[in-house]
Amino acid sequence: MSIEDRVRKVVCEQLDVSGDIDNNASFIDDLGADSLDTVELVMSLEEEFDCEIADEEAENITNIQQAIDYINANT
Amino acid sequence: MGFLTGKKALVVGVASNRSIAWGIAEAMASNGCEIALTYQTDKLKSRVEKCAEVCNSSIVIPCDVSEDEQISQTFVKLKESWDSFDILVHSVAFANRAELDGNYVEVTTREGFLKAHEISSYSFTALAKAALPMLNSNSALLTLTYLGALRAIPNYNVMGIAKASLEANVRYMAAALGGDKGIRVNAISAGAIKTLAASGIKGFGKLLDHAAESSALKRNVSTKEVGNAAAFLCSDLASGITGEVTYVDAGYNFYEKGPDL
Repeated sequence: MSIEDRVRKVVCEQLDVSGDIDNNASFIDDLGADSLDTVELVMSLEEEFDCEIADEEAENITNIQQAIDYINANT
Repeated sequence: MGFLTGKKALVVGVASNRSIAWGIAEAMASNGCEIALTYQTDKLKSRVEKCAEVCNSSIVIPCDVSEDEQISQTFVKLKESWDSFDILVHSVAFANRAELDGNYVEVTTREGFLKAHEISSYSFTALAKAALPMLNSNSALLTLTYLGALRAIPNYNVMGIAKASLEANVRYMAAALGGDKGIRVNAISAGAIKTLAASGIKGFGKLLDHAAESSALKRNVSTKEVGNAAAFLCSDLASGITGEVTYVDAGYNFYEKGPDL
């Protein structure tokens, strides 16, 4: 699976969404995530990619594309 | 038939599927226990309901342990489903995030210190007090602590002092409740686990790696492992155990890594 597919899978599972989600859809504004969801989402991404995402970095991950970019740059 | 068949447990402290309390509820349910759960705020309600589903439970009640009125309402509501019960699990703690980062003496405030102790230690006593009329003879109470109660662990700060209070609380509660109804009170000192609550502790990922490296089993523990130990401690199999802190930490607390030889 590509990084994009893996990120999408984690996001869909964590936020309980499915289908054709735009990579630029905001987790909070478009996908209905609350602040706890975003914390859990970051934890799930850390697990999936075996990395640690610092709080300051996590704040900048607000959609799928940003998550993909972060993973590409840091793993 | 599990070893908790016929028992009923109220589990306080589920916030998500990563919660230690979730692991405990699931382990107890899989050993035959009936489960009731509480949620702290409406925000957490749907998450707790998912846990209830997994545990075949339909009892999900609000409970914010910072308010006595809420605590007593919790048991009024519980009474609608159960006349009495056997197990109370307390998996709740709080400290201001700002006080879990940096030099303990510099970052700790009077207000933060009191709040941490109130929510992390006193709330166990408060729940027991309110639960007592509904608790059957030979009931078991359980809380969750951490090694930071004994050792000064970086950034754990005021939470460590609150956990030390909680561990003493376990012994005093065990002494107070053991006579009349034979109620047992124990704690599990769990190894580091990445929960929502732990995500508030700075550098927690590093702490997890360090704990794995510095433990006898060379790994971290899971919420399932803590849950299984909790199920045992709250069952009649553990009828002789009270006032104890049991380590479920892959052998971290006693392990000295030492120099490379």
